[in-house]
Amino acid sequence: MANSVSIRDLSLSFGAVTVLKDLNLDIHDGEFLVLLGSSGCGKSTLLNCIAGLLEPTEGQIYIKDRNVTWEEPKDRGIGMVFQSYALYPQMTVEKNLSFGLQVAKMPKPDIDKRVARASEILQIGPLLKRKPAELSGGQRQRVAIGRALVRDVDVFLFDEPLSNLDAKLRSELRVEIKRLHQQLKNTMIYVTHDQIEALTLADRIAIMKSGVIQQLDDPIVIYNRPKNLFVAGFIGSPSMNFLRGEISEVDGRPVFTTHGVNFSLAGYQASEPLSAGRKVVLGARPEHIAIDSDVMGGEAHEAVVDIEEPMGADNLLWLKHAGHLMSVRIGGARRYAPGSRVRMAFDMSMASLFDAETEDRI
Amino acid sequence: MANISTLNTTAAGLDAVSGRLGSGPSGARPRKVLSQRNIILYGLLIVAALYYLLPLYVMIVTSMKGMPEIRLGNIFSPPMEITFEPWAKAWASACTGLNCDGLSRGFWNSVRILVPSVVVSIAVASVSGYALANWRFKGSDVFFSILIVGAFIPYQVMIYPIVILLRELGIYGTLTGLIIVHTIFGMPILTLLFRNYFTSLPEELFKAARIDGAGFWQIFLRIMLPMSLPIFVVAMILQVTGIWNDFLFGVVFTRPDSYPMTVQLNNIVNSVQGVKEYNVNMAATLLTGAVPLIVYFVSGRLFVRGIAAGAVKG
Repeated sequence: MANSVSIRDLSLSFGAVTVLKDLNLDIHDGEFLVLLGSSGCGKSTLLNCIAGLLEPTEGQIYIKDRNVTWEEPKDRGIGMVFQSYALYPQMTVEKNLSFGLQVAKMPKPDIDKRVARASEILQIGPLLKRKPAELSGGQRQRVAIGRALVRDVDVFLFDEPLSNLDAKLRSELRVEIKRLHQQLKNTMIYVTHDQIEALTLADRIAIMKSGVIQQLDDPIVIYNRPKNLFVAGFIGSPSMNFLRGEISEVDGRPVFTTHGVNFSLAGYQASEPLSAGRKVVLGARPEHIAIDSDVMGGEAHEAVVDIEEPMGADNLLWLKHAGHLMSVRIGGARRYAPGSRVRMAFDMSMASLFDAETEDRI
Repeated sequence: MANISTLNTTAAGLDAVSGRLGSGPSGARPRKVLSQRNIILYGLLIVAALYYLLPLYVMIVTSMKGMPEIRLGNIFSPPMEITFEPWAKAWASACTGLNCDGLSRGFWNSVRILVPSVVVSIAVASVSGYALANWRFKGSDVFFSILIVGAFIPYQVMIYPIVILLRELGIYGTLTGLIIVHTIFGMPILTLLFRNYFTSLPEELFKAARIDGAGFWQIFLRIMLPMSLPIFVVAMILQVTGIWNDFLFGVVFTRPDSYPMTVQLNNIVNSVQGVKEYNVNMAATLLTGAVPLIVYFVSGRLFVRGIAAGAVKG
């Protein structure tokens, strides 16, 4: 597949502080890539580098196989949507949309055509004569997307576009952005710290931490087979249960031992041999722990319900077992009183094992 | 039937609620008008207002009295016979040194100094403030620090070097020379003002304009300027009052025929020969102070808004 954006050995430092380090990233044509990470991980910095608003210290950026490392933002074929919308407050919506085209000295009829098309796609036609102050947050963000749209660019850059909106609007606009992508088929690079946005929107997610991409993969792969402890802990809410322990051998088969209790590792697909004595961390998502009637034969352990958190569709149980507190997600209709005893077992085919030293997946 | 019974229970519930209100405190707490706090607060405000208004009152009253009435010595008593003679004399025929055509000459000199100085200094300072805020260049911080230090150097230190400089340039004693001096001395504080204001504007707006392809001047003129009316008003007030009230530069850098109003006022009030015409002096002072006063009254609200909008935010 052709690459729409390529980043090669990109580094950026402000004085002694290194924000991005030897970063490589290839984004396919028409792909929706999400850069995900907590604040300060360098994701917005990377986006600003792609946009040309920040100069990298080293490395190259290619857009549509053209080296744009030294190009001005306007010559890169990108459109950008900001968290604070960044609409020009003194201009009407129409002027906001057409400003870039006017600057580029495009003939008036062409500008009108572009604005009409963008306002039709985003359904902001009735708002064209209004000023940004007279719009709601969702409408403003739609205009901001429109401003990128009229420029007819190859690549859309989104810098946390939904973070300023309330929860309900956020989920609505999320769907709209996804629909927009399906309709336009442009390359989109989307920065967010919200894992739900990342999982729902992305074709691929790049999880970043201190300027380094930790894992670049399908959302499902990232969710189910996280590459290291950081990714495993970052993705998923409520987060993955982590149990520290070690590998030991029972009847010639590897088992996971913690606080003197053995858990069979049957069903786990290890990429490295599971040698006895290795210190490891077992990770299991709340929905990958079976209790009572869900336990499919094999071994089961007894645990005590500590706290129950009903959330409507789901019910989250906090179980105490062998000195660990684990969260388990069950159907909303199944209720347990605190103190009741349950049988539990890990679904090892969906679990993750990490080396305790390197924190990488085994 | 079910509906009616529900309604009934709802109504009964409402009654129960209103009937439950006890006799104790309920709703907003009443506030005493004559509380100790209010007395101190408003008392101090009234005293402070009187302190500043009293001299003004004396000036206005005196300027409308004739000389015989002033000699009676009751400076607080209102004029028995209102006359505008002193005002006319101060404006048109009071003697200032060699010529006797009043303050009018100085007024027009001041206007001719003021308008170009204000326009040029604000134009230059707003552009440099914008550049310092948004177009960071190598050494821009150092440049800015030097500029700020400039604001703390006493004027007197620089007067003689500037006299020599202007003489060498051949513009010593001309209005052009004085305008240049005013522009330069307004630079540090105005640039600081504009830089801080532009820094307080959202950075993403500037980024968005760059992605839209706008350049240095386009962003300044079409995006930043329309958003900066309050700060321009603040800068204008600072400069108008500063330059209008200036005496030192006026007396040093101009010749008698182009003295600004403040210098002429001094010459009227401090004249040594003849009788002291207090009423003319008062009228002349009020006339000289009128311009900054009018500027304050007209744009006071914008001034406060501009100060609040980040002018003092470092």
